[in-house]
Amino acid sequence: MVTRTAEGRQETAASFAPAPTVPYAIELKGISKSFGPVQANKNIAIKVAKGTIHGIIGENGAGKSTLMSILYGFYKADSGVIEIDGKRVNITDSSSAIAAGIGMVFQHFKLVENFTVLENIILGAEDGPLLRPSLSKARKLLRELSDEYELSVDPDALVENLSVGHQQRVEILKALYRQADILILDEPTGVLTPAEADHLFRILEGLKTQGKTIILITHKLREIMEVTDNVSVMRRGEMVATVKTADSSAEELAELMVGRKVLLQVEKTPAVPQDVVLDIKGLRVVDGHGVERLRGIDLHLRAGEILGIAGVAGNGQTELLEVLGGYMAASGEILMQGAPLDLSGDASDGQTRRARGIAHVPEDRHDEGLILDFPAWENVCFGYHGDPKYQKNALFMDHKAIRDDAKGKIERFDIRPANCDTPAKSFSGGNQQKIVLAREIEREPALLLIGQPTRGVDIGAIEFIHQQIVALRDRGAAILLVSVELDEIMSLSDRIAVMFDGRIMGEKLPQETNERELGLMMAGMSTPQKDA
Amino acid sequence: MDYLTILQILDSTVRLATPLLLTCLAGLFSERAGIVDIGLEGKLLGAAFLAGAVAYVTGNIWLGTLAGIGASVLLSLLHGVASITFRGDQLISGVAINFLAAGLTVVIGQAWFKLGGRTPSLPREARFGDITLPFADQIADVPLIGPLYAELLSGHTALTYVALAAVPLSWWVLYRTRFGLRLRAVGENPGAVDTAGISVVKLRYQAILIAGVLCGLGGSFLASLAAGFVKDMSAGRGYIALAALIFAKWKPYPALGATLLFGLLEAIGNRYQSIKLGDITIPVQLMQALPYILTVVILAGFIGKAIPPRAGGQAYVKER
Repeated sequence: MVTRTAEGRQETAASFAPAPTVPYAIELKGISKSFGPVQANKNIAIKVAKGTIHGIIGENGAGKSTLMSILYGFYKADSGVIEIDGKRVNITDSSSAIAAGIGMVFQHFKLVENFTVLENIILGAEDGPLLRPSLSKARKLLRELSDEYELSVDPDALVENLSVGHQQRVEILKALYRQADILILDEPTGVLTPAEADHLFRILEGLKTQGKTIILITHKLREIMEVTDNVSVMRRGEMVATVKTADSSAEELAELMVGRKVLLQVEKTPAVPQDVVLDIKGLRVVDGHGVERLRGIDLHLRAGEILGIAGVAGNGQTELLEVLGGYMAASGEILMQGAPLDLSGDASDGQTRRARGIAHVPEDRHDEGLILDFPAWENVCFGYHGDPKYQKNALFMDHKAIRDDAKGKIERFDIRPANCDTPAKSFSGGNQQKIVLAREIEREPALLLIGQPTRGVDIGAIEFIHQQIVALRDRGAAILLVSVELDEIMSLSDRIAVMFDGRIMGEKLPQETNERELGLMMAGMSTPQKDA
Repeated sequence: MDYLTILQILDSTVRLATPLLLTCLAGLFSERAGIVDIGLEGKLLGAAFLAGAVAYVTGNIWLGTLAGIGASVLLSLLHGVASITFRGDQLISGVAINFLAAGLTVVIGQAWFKLGGRTPSLPREARFGDITLPFADQIADVPLIGPLYAELLSGHTALTYVALAAVPLSWWVLYRTRFGLRLRAVGENPGAVDTAGISVVKLRYQAILIAGVLCGLGGSFLASLAAGFVKDMSAGRGYIALAALIFAKWKPYPALGATLLFGLLEAIGNRYQSIKLGDITIPVQLMQALPYILTVVILAGFIGKAIPPRAGGQAYVKER
């Protein structure tokens, strides 16, 4: 195909060649990388066209991060070739990646928190031994860039005082200051509100228009469908497909990722709410620094329904779960099946909460849900040690009974590897979560507290976990779901409450609201405006 | 207490604060780069020993100082190899250096000089001479300002002036140069430095080398002040400097203030062997313990909240 340009000379040149070969921004050929016995990347080949947004999706451990680390010089590939703009390059460390025009925005920002924005931007890219000239040059460039791409940040603000969205802009500006032509973003929206994510995508579109090439690594299919031109799918260290986004669908991509058909929509019947199980009145929590983390929460929850708590991380959801779970003191009142719960933090703990029929799948399974060095069978009984069925006699526990119970759970929840002696840390994220879930759900609790049920969990396991939650609801349990994944809240909840800054901003029914409205509430705007 | 007495105490304060200040700045460079330096004490001692030994043998304190710096830098490198290259625990490696220096100085000292681990006394010409600032003698008789200039400001050894000059210089290097920016960054978030394409390891070695040089100057000053090396002569000054560093919140100018405060306490303790307050006599031991008591108070966190460099004490492991 010959593209018509204003200059006739190029046109003639094009007519001589059979097809004008515009070199790819990035071309990887036969990249392989092993860590001991694990092959993280197997013979990867990928071509990324200049001036496009190219998505890379895959489950956890599919090898996306390893591949990008090779591209940014964090790891050296065992074999393979990297070509940038058609020229073979040898990327040995971050500085050679930067020299090749690659900029990377990590999932966990690489910023010095008590430095100013300007200092962060020039770090490593200073012009000379003295700072002053570099700082004023960066200030000027920052002004140009912020006008051009909606990338405004206060150059003199300390990074620790910026919102996460602004910190991310600093990361992008850092890459642009180093004149990156290729920008790699690793899970960029994980920490953003929907509005911030939209803003980010507008920035990326702007960069694309200026001819920059963008690689977007994400596990969110919706984002892939919305913003990318092409998408590559990785599975178990291999590149299984590269397709034009417009020619594909979320269902097809999910199937490519997992290797089998996946239900993206949670199948559930309308809820049949029964009696009120949980009644929260005027709940307040003040933390050790005297900051009020919960500022008067009123909520109620009925048997047979799922109440989803939406919100950006850090707006009091964790505190709410911890108070209900029995390990944080609070003031106010909580009625569990009509009887008050102890909120003093003294006479309450996970054990007494469990005795009241409250099961808890904590947000952080590594710190609170499991003891990672202990085998699966021991993890399966934690919190329920007192259960008579685990006791041999007054002195000893019945290990055989616990192991049998664990084996049953491993089978029913399809936990892999199916070996109850494997330490918890050796399971994948999804299987770890299933261990916690099996322990809590099989108690048939009256109330299940569940925080971030699918954080770091593969798409195949997500489907299973969602089914289990809905099944528990259908058996008549009340479920309090806290998640920062708005998609998850929307698809699982029967009712949605939005939390912001320790308050409930309002309640919505999932069928009567949308992501935009919830997103505005999550950002603290209780009355969504027409065009905000 | 008359004006001259005050000046004499202050003069002695500056003298006693000099090794503390040099050591404190050494710790500042090291810790700002994320390397906790509990081994300051050992480096100070090692430097004092070799400076004393070489100054005695050669009769030249400057050669001694060079040797002192060499000893301190060598110990710094040991710390670096253990905690930067091999990512060992910085505290343990620092403590090891303190033990090593305490033992080696005595053993080697005994082997060389057969004086029970000390060096022979340094003759006057093998010590730092006092530098009289210009016009000090001429204006000494001018009331107020004269004695202030002649007694307090003039008449210190070269290293005291070097230490005082090192304060603004350190500030300038830390806050106005590329090297300083990177140094401060590597102590806060080495990941940011690494992804910016700068070698974390190289930066941290540079930092501890600077620390080694400054500590070496401090040790040489001690050897000259005491006219030779005596077993355990650093007497906890490395730890006091560390306390001063925390008190100063890892900043150069406050470090000057903090070390002067410690110097003042030591000077008072030295001058007033016992103080009578009415019927109560404060014993000399208490007076001499003052700097150490303040150290405990500071380290126990009674004085405000000091936020150390965030990456301090952690070896940097590349991760995504």
